[in-house]
Amino acid sequence: MAKTKSTTTRATRTTAETPQVVAQPEANGQDKPGRLGVQKTYKLYIGGQFPRTESGRYYRLTSADGKLAANICRGSRKDFRNAVVAARSAFHGWSGRSHANRGQILYRIGEMLEGRKAQFVEELVQLGSTREQAENEVFAAIDRCIHYAGWCDKYQQIFSAVNPVASSHFNFSVLEPMGVVSAFAPEETGLLGLVSAILPAIAGGNTIVILASESRPTSAISFAEVVNSSDVPGGVVNILTGLRSELKGHFSTHMDVNAMIYCGNDPALSKELQINSVENIKRLRIWDHQDWSSSEAQSPYKILDLQETKTTWHPVGI
Amino acid sequence: MSEKKKKIHLDFNTEWEYAPAPESADHVQLKKQYELFINGKWVKPSSGKYFDTINPATEEKLASIAEANEKDVDLAVKAARNAYDKYWSKMSGAERGKYIFRIARMLQEKAREFAVIESMDGGKPIRESRDIDIPLAASHFFYYAGWADKLEYAFPNRNPGPLGVAGQITPWNFPLLMVAWKLAPALATGNTVVLKPAETTSLTALKLAELIQEADLPPGVVNVVTGYGATGAAIVNHPDVDKIAFTGSTAVGKIIQRAIAGTHKKVTLELGGKAANIIFEDAPLDQAVEGIINGIFFNQGHVCCAGSRLFVQEGVYDTVLRKLKDRMETLIVGDPLDKNTDVGAINSQDQLRTIQEYLKIGQKEGAEMYQSSCPVPKKGFWCRPTLFLHASQSHRIVQEEIFGPVLAVQTFRTVAEVIEKANNTPYGLSAGVWTDKGSKIFNMTTQMRAGVVWANTYNKFDPTSPFGGYKESGFGREGGLHGLQPYLKM
Repeated sequence: MAKTKSTTTRATRTTAETPQVVAQPEANGQDKPGRLGVQKTYKLYIGGQFPRTESGRYYRLTSADGKLAANICRGSRKDFRNAVVAARSAFHGWSGRSHANRGQILYRIGEMLEGRKAQFVEELVQLGSTREQAENEVFAAIDRCIHYAGWCDKYQQIFSAVNPVASSHFNFSVLEPMGVVSAFAPEETGLLGLVSAILPAIAGGNTIVILASESRPTSAISFAEVVNSSDVPGGVVNILTGLRSELKGHFSTHMDVNAMIYCGNDPALSKELQINSVENIKRLRIWDHQDWSSSEAQSPYKILDLQETKTTWHPVGI
Repeated sequence: MSEKKKKIHLDFNTEWEYAPAPESADHVQLKKQYELFINGKWVKPSSGKYFDTINPATEEKLASIAEANEKDVDLAVKAARNAYDKYWSKMSGAERGKYIFRIARMLQEKAREFAVIESMDGGKPIRESRDIDIPLAASHFFYYAGWADKLEYAFPNRNPGPLGVAGQITPWNFPLLMVAWKLAPALATGNTVVLKPAETTSLTALKLAELIQEADLPPGVVNVVTGYGATGAAIVNHPDVDKIAFTGSTAVGKIIQRAIAGTHKKVTLELGGKAANIIFEDAPLDQAVEGIINGIFFNQGHVCCAGSRLFVQEGVYDTVLRKLKDRMETLIVGDPLDKNTDVGAINSQDQLRTIQEYLKIGQKEGAEMYQSSCPVPKKGFWCRPTLFLHASQSHRIVQEEIFGPVLAVQTFRTVAEVIEKANNTPYGLSAGVWTDKGSKIFNMTTQMRAGVVWANTYNKFDPTSPFGGYKESGFGREGGLHGLQPYLKM
């Protein structure tokens, strides 16, 4: 999907100070002539709810034709902290679900996405993707849900071990989710990149707070609606929109976040996040795929990246 | 009630005295002065500086140790890079494995000499160095040697390869064992190594370098640079090092992480701990008391995974405390080379000061200190086995790692309460659970946010068993199949 980058018209965002007179986006092609379409308010997704940012701020997202696509919530530190609280509360329940159950829920996400694929294609086209690119991205995102749904009850068997210790003990190592994960979704692919970061985290029992692509945030919030209708408990997936430059410190220094995923390849930002993560020894994962549609961008090793290994000993004998 | 109990306290010092049973040290070969081991040769430090390593039980000097500076470290890294390019990365896994098997076998041959030196240099009881440290070190080499030609079986759908030059910095609590934990997987996966042992306990690492020389490893595959923190920093900051493996304090671990941010270096950290050791009412209490003793007094409490926070369920608190105090009275503190010794010397004067500081803090904060009444030698660094009763979650002796024979005791009523208390720490290295009820064991071991959980046992180690922490106890695993991954590109 890296090709998206080279298209001539590219979505841009500006932080306009005053609201604009809103023109009807043309991408909503199913409207009858003479009928005024109903626009969507893109809000945040925190703890299973769709609140506006507590800060009341927004940034302006323009569509490929230069018109206003949406006013996007410019999420704040407080929004992020609320999302971490929601993610922490949801962690015990989600990590305690059976792996099979998590698999069914991830599959359900795929089902819901399939049913709404037209909407996602339109949203991507609106922001500058060609129809073919948009379709490929949406299909890949759906297939990725199915792929990870299947991993939920299998990765544990691949990566765990019974260790043949020399003493008279039964000893085994299993994976456990790290906990609350914060994430910066890839900038270039609004939908596929986002799901590629969310799925391995939640497949493994983590909960996540993810910041959507700044220039392609609309499909992230629509994906939140999919998550919300897929039996994913509130707080397991939290999706914020806003500015990376403003939120990077909070995402990487929060003391109740166990791991962070940075999808990108900006060396200066990587270094800054690395330094920030030290304070609570947050596990920082840098996923710098150029092409999120490649098979490398989906792997059980991504699930493993967000797991701790726990080793348990017990004596054998009477 | 309590007076009655005092009367039935056991007194072990009335009738018999143990005759000294010292392990002989006359077969041990130690040089007066040790140089740096770089590129297969013994090299004088460019600064010309040496420091003393002493026996913490007698405060007598054992040897002079070379202090490596940046220049020396640079030479060592160059030697390691050269050995990586020229020999080690080109060699087949099977051949590499045979070298590592050699190290394991030769270490077994010299096991007793290593054990005696370990006890002399570090202060740990000979029983532990002889039965645990050295045999385990040898078996780590033996275990990982066998992995060298089997790496493609370890990680499905991956083709793993070595990282390059690994810089390894090891602690003073299990000097040779920690060196083995680091060296064995690094070599098996095809990396070459620059190793810095802790400054108070360099001797067994240097003896191992002699052994590696005898084993005829290609020059530069293993380099040993001795020194203080500055030497370690020179390794961490060297641009041609690909991987840092560190075991030590959380504070230093964080310094290392900040230092390598923005570089290509990979890192694994095995840091501090403050493990909960949890005793339920339905536990086999005599065994649990042994587990408490082993959990906190093993190796003078110089153990990152020590069970330094004891949680006793209220119904058995009095019984457990009585048994625990009685058992503590039987512990013999003294000459590390004596085979009867249970608790040896504190590793250094600095560490003794740290522990003593915490003893003051604990009393000042309101916990009740209890120590066994055993005699301790006049010379050397010693600390009696110590309990802090009525400790609370907010006490520093409960929150901070003391790294000595000091146990903070708390009570609990319910499972939910003890899970909350046990996990309420920035650390997450290990935990212990004592109960005879199977379902409770699995609930507890699942709920503990810690990398190693011992149920009805404590402080057990094995080369096949992955070891490492959650949260601020670090990341990456050492031991087992999982211990290969930190040294591989995948």
